[in-house]
Amino acid sequence: MGVYTGPVQNLIDELGRLPGVGPKSAQRIAFYLLKVDEVDASRLADAITEVKAKVGFCDRCFNISQGDNCEICLDDRRDPSVICVVEEPRDVVAVERTQEFSGRYHVLQGAIDHLQGVGPDQLRIKELIARIGAENITEVIICTNPNIEGEATALYLSRVLDAPGLTVTRIASGLPVGGDLEYADELTLGRALEGRRRIGSGE
Amino acid sequence: MSLYRDQGIVLRTYKLGEADRIVVFVTKGHGKVRAVAKGVRKTKSKFGARLEPTSHVAVQLYEGRELDIVTQAETLDHFKAIRGDLERIGAAAAMLEAVDHLSQEGEINPQLYRMLLGALRTLAGHNAPLVTPSFFLKLLALEGFGMIVDECMACGATTGLEAVDVDAGGTLCREHRQGVAVSAEGLGLLRQILGGQLGAALNEPESPATHEVQALATNALEHHLERRLRSVTLLDRG
Ligand SMILES: [Zn+2]
Ligand SMILES: [Zn+2]
Repeated sequence: MGVYTGPVQNLIDELGRLPGVGPKSAQRIAFYLLKVDEVDASRLADAITEVKAKVGFCDRCFNISQGDNCEICLDDRRDPSVICVVEEPRDVVAVERTQEFSGRYHVLQGAIDHLQGVGPDQLRIKELIARIGAENITEVIICTNPNIEGEATALYLSRVLDAPGLTVTRIASGLPVGGDLEYADELTLGRALEGRRRIGSGE
Repeated sequence: MSLYRDQGIVLRTYKLGEADRIVVFVTKGHGKVRAVAKGVRKTKSKFGARLEPTSHVAVQLYEGRELDIVTQAETLDHFKAIRGDLERIGAAAAMLEAVDHLSQEGEINPQLYRMLLGALRTLAGHNAPLVTPSFFLKLLALEGFGMIVDECMACGATTGLEAVDVDAGGTLCREHRQGVAVSAEGLGLLRQILGGQLGAALNEPESPATHEVQALATNALEHHLERRLRSVTLLDRG
């Protein structure tokens, strides 16, 4: 790489550092940006500058926030005793969309990933543990991804979140609603069976 | 461009674009394969949880110009016991990482595939402290860099062996000692692992000697790879 000169190569390099953008896509986006109107390009540049200037992370839950604390932490209608633990701010959005959860969040900003060398120390786990006592939390719902990194994180959390009077739960993993049983993989179907619930009393 | 089928173990995955992943397999018949699994990160993906690290799968792949494409995946074993135990996830990750570093694309090595499969099965059976170290030592032997543990690397003496030096590639006697000290128990375990009594070594409960072997095996492999294993550093920090 590095076949273009100065500013163009800089742009390609910067774009190539974005998640999910490989060298080829970086080149394609760079040449697209070279062609667009100055106004459009400036709008993109301004949006990036503005978001970096105005938006950071909540001091308490590490969700995206425009001030010291995020809107959810500031909302006193939320149940103060329950924390839902997620990997990334976008997972907060996903859980919020369900309208099934009224507590607050804690964003780990990642997951334990042995193969990438990401351990508990690189995540916001110490901060989570500190919140349990400080905020009188009675339930922690671990809502990490149902993949090997998310599972490893959940296993670790279940070990370190050991306080009297605290219930730690893990979201059930199961079948996608609207999907066909026969297409489910064995691990997912097996977990769905483990997490089955009673629907009739049978008495 | 053609379709082919093979059996493989998922070594690792990388996110690609919005919902895809690049999956790296070590396969029985095609060596290390990097392939795209389209839509695998969507909750309704037809691949479901089949293409996660440690999964043993039968796959159908479409040969692409740069990367192959996974068209079908069936689970042969998802090693549930490993995936439900943090220590075993770590131990498995260290083995996957080692295989990823040691295998090359286009280099067919069915023995490597079989060894990894065997080690994962053992680990799923019980969380023995010497599964990963034994695997590392066997890998080195497979690569032609097996550790010599029955004579002094300097003088050939077969008694009074007190140290192991990964640079020298094996044990050293009291007179020529360098590297790290090894206890009689540790040396006994190394000999079991490398001398055809692997089963006995795998039944060994955790002890100072198993820790010794763990450290030595990791050192020897990292020395050979000329790099640190990320998964192992993480394990130690526990
Ligand atoms: Zn907050
Ligand atoms: Zn000697």
